[in-house]
Amino acid sequence: MKRIINQTPNRPTGLALGLLPFVLVLLVYMVASAARLAENPNDPLLPSLSAMAEAFQRLATEPSRRTGELVLWVDTAASLTRLGLGVLISMGMGLVVGIFTGLIPYVRRAFSPFVTVLSMIPPLAVLPILFIAFGVGELAKVVLIIFGIAPFIMRDVQQRVEELPTEQLVKAQTLGASTWQIMLRVVLPQVFPRLLDATRLALGSAWLFLIASEAIAATEGLGYRIFLVRRYLDMETILPYVAWITLLAFLVDILLRLINRYCFPWYGGRRS
Amino acid sequence: MSISRFSVHTRLIALTLCLGVVTAVSTVSAQERDSFRIAWSIYVGWMPWGYGDAEGIVQKWADKYDIEIDVVQINDYIESINLYTAGSFDGVTVTNMDALTIPAAGGVDTTALIVGDFSDGNDGVVLKGTDDLADIEGKRVHLVELSVSHYLLARALETVGLSERDIRVVNTADADIVAAFNSRDVEAAVAWNPQLGELRRMPDANVVFDSSQIPGEIMDLLVVNTEVLEANPALGKALTGAWYEIMERMSGDDAIAVEARTIMGDAAGTDLEGYEAQLASTTMFYDPADAVGFVESGQPLETMENVRQFAFEHGLLGERAPSPDFVGIQFADGSMLGSEANVKFRFNADYMRMARDGEL
Repeated sequence: MKRIINQTPNRPTGLALGLLPFVLVLLVYMVASAARLAENPNDPLLPSLSAMAEAFQRLATEPSRRTGELVLWVDTAASLTRLGLGVLISMGMGLVVGIFTGLIPYVRRAFSPFVTVLSMIPPLAVLPILFIAFGVGELAKVVLIIFGIAPFIMRDVQQRVEELPTEQLVKAQTLGASTWQIMLRVVLPQVFPRLLDATRLALGSAWLFLIASEAIAATEGLGYRIFLVRRYLDMETILPYVAWITLLAFLVDILLRLINRYCFPWYGGRRS
Repeated sequence: MSISRFSVHTRLIALTLCLGVVTAVSTVSAQERDSFRIAWSIYVGWMPWGYGDAEGIVQKWADKYDIEIDVVQINDYIESINLYTAGSFDGVTVTNMDALTIPAAGGVDTTALIVGDFSDGNDGVVLKGTDDLADIEGKRVHLVELSVSHYLLARALETVGLSERDIRVVNTADADIVAAFNSRDVEAAVAWNPQLGELRRMPDANVVFDSSQIPGEIMDLLVVNTEVLEANPALGKALTGAWYEIMERMSGDDAIAVEARTIMGDAAGTDLEGYEAQLASTTMFYDPADAVGFVESGQPLETMENVRQFAFEHGLLGERAPSPDFVGIQFADGSMLGSEANVKFRFNADYMRMARDGEL
């Protein structure tokens, strides 16, 4: 008899095992929903799957009564724009600050403690300051995301730069490379895939801050819609939106992983 | 092997069913029982519940009718209504509009047991740099969308011949509206107290419309599940009895009343002075006779007609509602609005009348 640690499921079994928890949750939901709907057919808390599918279809394909827009796509475009801007700017800042603090001791001494402290401030706690400084429009939402994830990326990149083998830097210097050349030719290419990794980890927080920022002052967006319809317990809209957000987050994560694998095959190959 | 797999399978189904049943039975059931839960949240007109709970007045009345009443404070107003709608509570403090759009539209038959007060200036529209409501045209107005503030704005716009198309509504959380109003690009907001008081104090800010111009339309209620109330009249009697004892204690200028208002002010995060300022823009029905008179007048029907039209136009009655008549509303004198087959919101003066006549 093989020990259990040596038994691996074949491909179809593995797939089935992976699906099992999803199916179970779905089953529990369906039973609970049917029980509540039997008692009160208008119960808003656990709508049936078909009701949610209808609601999703309506949001995606029928213009809204109030504004005449296709609600789902308007919300998705607004949210992804905010998220994309916030994440890209954070990546840029993380890369530049991380490389400088990681490579140049004077800069590290000057800024590293500051970045550390900055990363500890819960951004939602200083919202009033953000409002006064950046208004309540799109800028404030993007800034909230940057505030939330840029310090984390900066610290991560700095650490990755510090982890580069000293031998590499010494070798480059014996070949006559200047600080600038070392930065561009030795550090930058090696740090890029690590930046993408750090971004993938930060994406969870980025979504969190996006949804939070849209709850505060907004006219469209995925988080805005959820907080709006929560006012009348419209779970028919909220649950499909949650599934949609999860799917989008999952796709963005896969996209970053694919970029990493395609652009930096040496990195992904070494990892796995 | 196959047998053991089968048993695992059966057990999983059993587990699933158990979980489902647990969820299902957690809804309020209408049978006669002796333990009830009431949820309340912080607002000027509902602070008495916290006071009555802390001072043992609710307990005293519950004992009198031989039942137990658990009064629970929920930090988030909307969440308290959602919990009630989902069946975790037998009653909740709520405004007339939210009672219609959340529990009643969600199929939970709800009775307004106590009409405690109406907002008489506690909700207002604030503009920067002008004291003319008509200047709101074309502005971005910050408010909690689909709330009482939104309703107030719609009523305000009507008075100057504008409609919601002439402005842009920006959904802003009530907790953040004061901070947002500090920002230079925010010129208009709608809020309730205590936030309204903060906005009013800012330089250059003017309250251009407030709820004293639509008196009686924004009511603060205690609602209970109709089926629970019908099966357990003792609950209605105990709650109403307790409420009017608290009212008697907190009204007037004697030491007990001042102390009661001080405690309520502290609990609301302000002080005696701040709480009395909020009370000044609230018409409290300290005397059950006034509440009965109000509920039996034609005012609630007129108000609910406005409210249900607003709710329907904004999709608050749900996508399945084909017209504002979808949810039936019954008034204290037996008159009705909307579907008689689907009455989900009822005004009931019976218990307040008992309090008036000293029958509790």
